[in-house]
Amino acid sequence: MTSNGTAEPGEPAPPDGAAGSAGPAPSNGAAVPGEPLLSVRGLKVHFPIRKGTLLQRVVGHVRAVDGVDLEVRRGMTYGLVGESGCGKSTLGKAVLRLVEPTAGTVVFDGVNLALQGPEPMRRLRRNMQMVFQDPLASLDPRQSVESALTEPLRAHGFPGDRSKRVRELLDIVGLPAGAAGRYPHEFSGGQRQRVGIARAIALNPDLIIADEPVSALDVSIQAQIVNLLEDLQEQLGLTYVVVAHDLAVVRHVSDVIGVMYLGALVEEAPSDELYAEPLHPYTIALMSAIPIPDPEVEERRRRILLTGDLPSPVDVPPGCRFHTRCPFRQPTRCAEESPDLREMRPGRKVACHWAEEIATGTIRAAASAQDPTATEVGAPAVQ
Amino acid sequence: MSLAQVETVAPEETGGGLGRDAWRRLRRNPVAIVGAILVIMFVALALLAPWLAPYPPDKPVGQVTPTSIPGPSAEHWFGLDDLGRDEFSRVLWGARWSLVIGVVSLLLGLVGGMVLGLLAGAFGGWVDGVVMRLVDIMLSVPGLLFAIGIAAMLGSGLDAVMIAIAVVNVPIFARLLRGQMLAQRQSDYVLAAKAVGVRRRRIVLGHVLPNSLTPVIVQGTLTLAVAIVDAAGLAFLGLSSNDPSIPEWGRMLADTQRYLSSAPLLAVFPGLAIIIAALGFTLLGESLREALDPKYRR
Ligand SMILES: Nc1ncnc2c1ncn2[C@@H]1O[C@H](COP(=O)(O)OP(=O)(O)OP(=O)(O)O)[C@@H](O)[C@H]1O
Ligand code: SF4
Ligand SMILES: [Mg+2]
Repeated sequence: MTSNGTAEPGEPAPPDGAAGSAGPAPSNGAAVPGEPLLSVRGLKVHFPIRKGTLLQRVVGHVRAVDGVDLEVRRGMTYGLVGESGCGKSTLGKAVLRLVEPTAGTVVFDGVNLALQGPEPMRRLRRNMQMVFQDPLASLDPRQSVESALTEPLRAHGFPGDRSKRVRELLDIVGLPAGAAGRYPHEFSGGQRQRVGIARAIALNPDLIIADEPVSALDVSIQAQIVNLLEDLQEQLGLTYVVVAHDLAVVRHVSDVIGVMYLGALVEEAPSDELYAEPLHPYTIALMSAIPIPDPEVEERRRRILLTGDLPSPVDVPPGCRFHTRCPFRQPTRCAEESPDLREMRPGRKVACHWAEEIATGTIRAAASAQDPTATEVGAPAVQ
Repeated sequence: MSLAQVETVAPEETGGGLGRDAWRRLRRNPVAIVGAILVIMFVALALLAPWLAPYPPDKPVGQVTPTSIPGPSAEHWFGLDDLGRDEFSRVLWGARWSLVIGVVSLLLGLVGGMVLGLLAGAFGGWVDGVVMRLVDIMLSVPGLLFAIGIAAMLGSGLDAVMIAIAVVNVPIFARLLRGQMLAQRQSDYVLAAKAVGVRRRRIVLGHVLPNSLTPVIVQGTLTLAVAIVDAAGLAFLGLSSNDPSIPEWGRMLADTQRYLSSAPLLAVFPGLAIIIAALGFTLLGESLREALDPKYRR
């Protein structure tokens, strides 16, 4: 799935070009599979909370993204999973500099985005796109589909026939040519998301961040959109970051999955390995909440229930950010020392002081968290 | 044609932008219809006053003494005023003046407010800070009092009245537009436009501004009502044109005060006219607000 952008008809030739910016110009043509396309280091987004009307004071911060490191290789799909409100959307927007990061660096195809001025940044945007969580909100209600799809072409000086390109894009995402003259509110949710996807691929980007691309859609349509995204990846050689709050959605599309909790990654692993053996207590709890189709296995296995409420990102617990709910919490270290995301085994990163002991079974979940008769109250919002 | 037929003849329209949706809702709202009729009536009377008025508004057409002011008759529908002028003709011409004052002060206020609001909403940061402090200060003075102060400062005359009313409305429009623009700037479709590389100026003028105008239009309609009442209030307090022959509803009210016992109807006619005109714009504005509310969007 890594053969990159082989001359899509009408593909915008690099015109005014990203060449004005520092570093090697990101290219659509010559892709080396496996080379890192996106590299994020220590990324933080803290939203100040202000009080007072005349003289506003900052009384605290929403630590929506609180130090994220990750790397995405060209042509692969990185799945990002976490509960609602853990900062997935904010992370995605900060990577694309749609929200200004508070700290950290994002290097895209060798270019440090934080160092780009407005105009070079704007030009770089043709290589990185986003598909939004709420398709209706992501489309200007006063803008026809034609206009929405022409906009990126115009912004980057697309040289060819724009209305031909619009029809081509509609065809690629499976919408009739007649959709061009219509307005967002005239479409169904799935069709709107197709429009959003068409806009994202209009400039033949390298990277697409798909922020919960199907969570706002009917279950019956979700698979169609996921399939469309997969097809596009193959055809256009796209690299994806796919965000989801549902492990089931990212499971079969992702090569690597990062699990996020309260603004930080707690575990990262190749998709299959994560499912075969989750290492972080949070991931273990998430997995145990997924029903297993085999009734016998379902009968025998243990549910790990999370207790307590999800802490607010304004008051992130000190020490391990998961310690207030962790069924494996130990009297030492957990509440004091913040665990780094460390490579425990090749390819397996985990942010837990006791991951080895938990993996070998030396440390077991607290009895109260394992009651098999307990209902799912308190289980994380993950299907 | 039976009712069922009527219903099948009017098919559910599809297509078109949000404007058509809103129009459909507006047409079905009886309050909007009443408001529109009042507004149309008011505007028509104002425009046609020179042809509709049976007498000149500024010349005595009958004999009056302070103790005997003739009331309504077949010849003079609303009677005569304290100077023997035809009250009906004066009320008609008054509509014209109210419309002029209302529209001019609305437009001045709208332009001023939108410029400030656009600056604050487009640039944010310290520009926003300065504009908003200014707006806060202006809003902290009660409206009519503020207008009185400005009108008094500028000296008498209708220009002063219109400017005063406009200035009072500037911060209202500025704050409204700025708030809308800031809210829109956070929205996903603006981020989406930024993500595909649309230039800042086009985002602000092509996406943020058009999507922020709806409440400004609604507020503009409501402001016409307020402007008419404010103009009358200022005139009542003696802040109006230097020319006493100009029939202005507020001044007509003020001038008849002394004759309230002998000719109470002289206060009723201009008073009712003010109320009806203001009511028309208020009803229309409120139903516009409802029709354009995104909550009702499909
Ligand atoms: N502009 C903002 N100002 C202040 N707080 C914000 C802002 N945007 C997001 N937040 C807060 O940051 C946190 C993370 O939000 P975010 O939308 O990134 O979560 P999410 O993981 O995408 O959730 P969901 O699954 O519901 O989409 C939330 O607590 C949210 O309230
Ligand atoms: S560090 Fe402690 S509290 Fe945190 S996940 Fe590991 S065991 Fe649980
Ligand atoms: Mg989100």
